[in-house]
Amino acid sequence: MNGARARDRTATVVLHALLAGGLLVMVGPFVWMLLSSFKTFGEILRSPPTWWPLDPTLDNYSVLLGRLDFPAYFVNSTVVAVATTAGNLLFCAAAGYALAKLRFPGSRLLFAVVLGTIMVPGIVTLVPLFVLVSNLGLVNTYAGLVLPFLAQAFGVFLMRQFMLSIPDDLLEAARIDGAGEWRIFWRIVLPLSRPPLATLGILTFLASWNNFLWPLVVATTESRYTLPVALALYSVGQNRARYDLLLAGSVLIVVPVLVVFVLLQRHFVRGIATTGLK
Amino acid sequence: MTVTTGRAGGVGPQVAAAGHHRPGRPRPAWHALTGWGFALPFVALFVVFMAGPVLASLAMSFTDIRSADLRDPLGVEIVGIDNYRRLFTDDLFLRAAGNTAIFVVLGVPLTMAAALVVALGVNSGVTRFRTVFRVGYYLPVVTSIVAISVVWRFLLQPQTGLVNSLLGLVGLGGPNWLNDTHLALPTLIVMAAWRNLGFSMVIFLAGLQAIPRDLYEAATIDGAGRWAQFRYITLPVLRPTVLFVAVVTTIGYVQFFEEPFVMTQGGPLDSTLSLAYHTYNQFGFGNYGYASAMSYVLFLVVVALSIAWFRLLRSNT
Repeated sequence: MNGARARDRTATVVLHALLAGGLLVMVGPFVWMLLSSFKTFGEILRSPPTWWPLDPTLDNYSVLLGRLDFPAYFVNSTVVAVATTAGNLLFCAAAGYALAKLRFPGSRLLFAVVLGTIMVPGIVTLVPLFVLVSNLGLVNTYAGLVLPFLAQAFGVFLMRQFMLSIPDDLLEAARIDGAGEWRIFWRIVLPLSRPPLATLGILTFLASWNNFLWPLVVATTESRYTLPVALALYSVGQNRARYDLLLAGSVLIVVPVLVVFVLLQRHFVRGIATTGLK
Repeated sequence: MTVTTGRAGGVGPQVAAAGHHRPGRPRPAWHALTGWGFALPFVALFVVFMAGPVLASLAMSFTDIRSADLRDPLGVEIVGIDNYRRLFTDDLFLRAAGNTAIFVVLGVPLTMAAALVVALGVNSGVTRFRTVFRVGYYLPVVTSIVAISVVWRFLLQPQTGLVNSLLGLVGLGGPNWLNDTHLALPTLIVMAAWRNLGFSMVIFLAGLQAIPRDLYEAATIDGAGRWAQFRYITLPVLRPTVLFVAVVTTIGYVQFFEEPFVMTQGGPLDSTLSLAYHTYNQFGFGNYGYASAMSYVLFLVVVALSIAWFRLLRSNT
């Protein structure tokens, strides 16, 4: 009896040790990125590398934020992500409500078409989108960066699935009390839909913040670069060996996201686990 | 489920929509208007920026449109399937298709197997630190691939990188990972698995937690060992979860682009050029018709592989 329990405990310890080892592999690169971003360029080039910065410095950040245009890229990324998120929350919630609760002529067809585009690879629409955006004169503008992502199929799917679970009787009662459809949507449906709105908001913000291919194509001058575009172009351009600057730039992209993620991780897990499987 | 379609036809919207409504109270006509009213902003954006371009891309793939034609649209000619035929004589396209196939064929199983192992581990004996592991393994999924690619390029530096320094500690001389035609693509595959396994893991974990404990207890009473339980209970019950993860991971991997863009620029000697990267390059050269054809091939591959996964994992055999 005692032997079995001891074996169980050993197994648990070994399991935790293995998983912790794996965790180190997952988190280690981020720690290394952060540590190295405080090293001088000379120290970055040392072989073998130093663990802790010998002479910790904020110079890399002050170059990015002072001499290079990273504050502008940061603003661009934020503007694009906030606008994209706000648009998706509003448009997807409204369309999701219509599809879930106001079944109208054409709604099934509409839902089928929207759902069918969920797995279309982004590159399929790249060429016509670029032609369209340049014909509209929106190349290298915020509108050009945001418009193509304002209404995404996944968001409508997510909102509709949740709103199906709102009882019809509740809406019917409000109608009998004389509430208009807009009021019902604004005062009853939206407040009840906070959980999927939170999930959609977080996922959209992150996808937009990390988005690369479209901003790479449509932001043609530095004034409209988003952070990933700027970092990628620096990393293949003449600064390609300046890892002191490149890593500090990576920190600027990654750290805000990590903070949001760790604070709100419950929404992620719920969003992924519930929407992904149903 | 009713099978009423949305077509109003000559009968009027009330009749068409009545199937969903309480019997005896036909849905009022204004419902149709309000419904479309709520959907309109989304539908307008969706048609202009999604549905339209999907069709336009197909149309362009049958033409010789180039960037110069944007100013003079009359110069565009319909060339039938010439673009598609040309793909099979384009050595770079064939190379990119081969690289993408290797990336998917090795990367998807590797990612899923690693994710399943971690999920099983966390599910079998971790109680107090469950959130720590879940968050930790999920971290790379939420971060920018561009930033991650920069960090890994740094980690993989032949002389000064952390990876080769650690190998040096145990007496191994590390290679020049990203500059070796045989190693660069496998390195990107391992990095992709590292980045994406957290997503699959979280989904596997949700699937594992939904399996009723009684099943395992009954199996233990019947004398089934751990492996038998995994083989005959866990895997079959997890099948829909595996299907979902396989489809999502495959769709993502077929389109890999950022990693070679930042880490290798498709090299050395095109050994990491991907389909999406080649398409992007052709777009950059102004070959819009040709790039559209290539993107449609990529689209068809995504659809075909998804169907293949459904066939493979659909029902119990």
